Amino acid sequence: MSTDPSLTRETESASRDSVSDRRSRDAGSFSRSEGAPALLGDTTLFRFATAGSVDDGKSTLVGRLLHDAKAILADQLEQVARTSADRGFAHGEFDFALLTDGLRAEREQGITIDVAYRYFATDARSFILADCPGHVQYTRNMVTGSATADAVVVLIDARKGVVEQTRRHLAVVSLLRVPHVIVAVNKIDLTGFDEARYRAVEEQALAVAAELGLIDTHVIPVSALEGDNIVDPSARTPWYDGPTLRELLETLPARQAEEDAAFRLPVQTVIRPQGGISALVDDAEADDLRDYRGFAGRVASGSVRVGDRVQVFPGGHETTVTGIRVAGRVAEAAHTAQSIAVTLADEVDAARGALIATAGTVPSGHQEAEVEIFQLDVRPIAPGARVLAKHGTATVQAIVAEVLSRRDLDTLALEDAAELAVNEIGRVRIRFASPLPLEPYADDREGGALLLIHPVDGATLAAATVVAAA
Amino acid sequence: MSIIDTLPAPAETLAGPDAGSLTGLDLLEAEAIHIIREVVAEFERPVLLFSGGKDSVLVLHLAARAFAPGRIPFPVLHVDTGHNFDEVIRFRDETVERLGLKLEVARVQDYIDDGRLAERPDGTRNVLQTQPLLDAIAAGKHDAVFGGARRDEDKARAKERIISLRDEFGQWDPRNQRPELWSLYNGRHTPGKHVRAFPISNWTELDVWRYIARERIPLPPLYLAHEREVFRRDGMWWAVNEHAQPREGEQVERRTVRYRTVGDASCTGAVESDAGTVDAVVAEVARSTLTERGATRADDRISEAAMEDRKKNGYF
Repeated sequence: MSTDPSLTRETESASRDSVSDRRSRDAGSFSRSEGAPALLGDTTLFRFATAGSVDDGKSTLVGRLLHDAKAILADQLEQVARTSADRGFAHGEFDFALLTDGLRAEREQGITIDVAYRYFATDARSFILADCPGHVQYTRNMVTGSATADAVVVLIDARKGVVEQTRRHLAVVSLLRVPHVIVAVNKIDLTGFDEARYRAVEEQALAVAAELGLIDTHVIPVSALEGDNIVDPSARTPWYDGPTLRELLETLPARQAEEDAAFRLPVQTVIRPQGGISALVDDAEADDLRDYRGFAGRVASGSVRVGDRVQVFPGGHETTVTGIRVAGRVAEAAHTAQSIAVTLADEVDAARGALIATAGTVPSGHQEAEVEIFQLDVRPIAPGARVLAKHGTATVQAIVAEVLSRRDLDTLALEDAAELAVNEIGRVRIRFASPLPLEPYADDREGGALLLIHPVDGATLAAATVVAAA
Repeated sequence: MSIIDTLPAPAETLAGPDAGSLTGLDLLEAEAIHIIREVVAEFERPVLLFSGGKDSVLVLHLAARAFAPGRIPFPVLHVDTGHNFDEVIRFRDETVERLGLKLEVARVQDYIDDGRLAERPDGTRNVLQTQPLLDAIAAGKHDAVFGGARRDEDKARAKERIISLRDEFGQWDPRNQRPELWSLYNGRHTPGKHVRAFPISNWTELDVWRYIARERIPLPPLYLAHEREVFRRDGMWWAVNEHAQPREGEQVERRTVRYRTVGDASCTGAVESDAGTVDAVVAEVARSTLTERGATRADDRISEAAMEDRKKNGYF
């Protein structure tokens, strides 16, 4: 639980009088200009996760980000203020965690159980924030929140420096190859905005980042409570000339669409208009579409143009792209991340689970691989376990051949292990009933990611990333 | 003027966006289509909950895009509380006709008539929808049910997975959700269970309106400002109709209003607005200081956990 006096002024007023003049009280907000119809232009999308515990002030930071982006609206504040008062919070004080703790059990116990998704936007970007609880089942939550993130914000209490949990959060972030990490050294108001203290924590954080092999790390001194270096540069940290948290979030490159990579289209389904032609299509054109056979999927990497030579996995059959639809509309080309359908010159066998790739680049099939396992189910994973493996759009039977090692999450060192229990990370050797077009996860986050699923009850047992395919 | 009359966007345009210039809306569209195709590919008998409200209209539009030039390969289901706005039912039927869909209707009134459900003292029927919904899912053997819920609507929804497992009572178990990683969705389940699938989980109200504007998606006319007989109750404007009558002391006036959400006529309020075009609505939503549910839904004002409680009992 945390209170945030700096925000109570507004909560208080929002809860009592009309909410319509809330805007005029906002200060230091994101770059949305007063009264202007903001957010009407095209924005790009940036996904990030926050990690840390309530004690680190994470709820306050998330609340601050949402609040300053005007993503907390008056009725939400009012509801939180009302509940805070019911809970015996002092008049005008306000439990910020209530904003993100959406479940009754979370509010009752004052803990965060599950990842919550929050949304806000500035003029530059739309943000999807996965707010990951730090205490309970941190691996499960961190993996869930960071798997698709462009960046992860990890909070550190400036008074405590890097603690065990920080290392563990950063270890998961490193193993998932999250492109950017922002270490927010919080509560600098409680260390008197002391530069020496901050520098010491910064040095610790950068040392851990180097040790864990993080790709790109930024450290920022902040006070989430008082807003220092969140949106505007703080006058109280003249010794810091780096970007504010907002600037970083607005300018870090979003996941590069891997546009230069070879074209990869995992086939989800084949569209054949047997049931009739869509009402979205002109009658004149409908006749030509009776024999349409479109291979539908979301482009995993690269781009494709009509006329390109492509090859199908499995089988390696080579053919030419004769037509493309992007989100149902006819197009000449398609790019990474778009949901498309392609037609091919030859009648090839490419059902769900197949992969259409630039000719000459089709990956080889693998029936065995060493993978890093993030164990998510309470039933431990052990040698001989029969599972289903989901990779792209393919689901195949698999068997855990060998448990190789478990990670010490403080050092990331691998040590011997016989099985992996819930929230543990380690390496196993796994065999697949049919060949999969596996890529090392370090090169290709999509081609190297798998889910292991219980064959009977369907539970998600583990997330896995390909270390090396045999 | 009603947007019901405007034409859908031309289906065929030549220029796709250039590499690297995908906007947030482009990515949300691509993500939603990916989810819809995954569900259709992996489940036997999907169905889409379609009320005629903007979010379900959006999901339907995205489904049409996902399978173009083919038709949408699943039916739509409407849980009819009997407390409808006439123009929404009209819109529902026209849309079903236009897209050549099969419509299944589960009627709360049938349950009240034969005693399986009883009218509540407060007269609202929102919570009565759950049983007809679950019965319709079972009768249709639907193993996946698409809905237009968004995570930005409510704190409980903010925690729900895109593919959300429900037991045979339709219950959501928020403390035992499957982790959802990368874009690998796991909807496997044992017989009797089913999944709810939320393709627009990551859209905000503003995203929805901007996309509706961009695609010129037809909507029921009451989403745009119009004059209507209304009265004030609980800080909201209520339309005068057979399901909502002014009580003593509540004065009926003619006001220019629009609806931000469209649920039952007995629990959905209007907001004062002069946004008579979709573009004006986009601008209004961008300026709004209240959430759409907070502003217009009596059903969500009951308690902090109103939505969570309904979801746990099988509601969307």
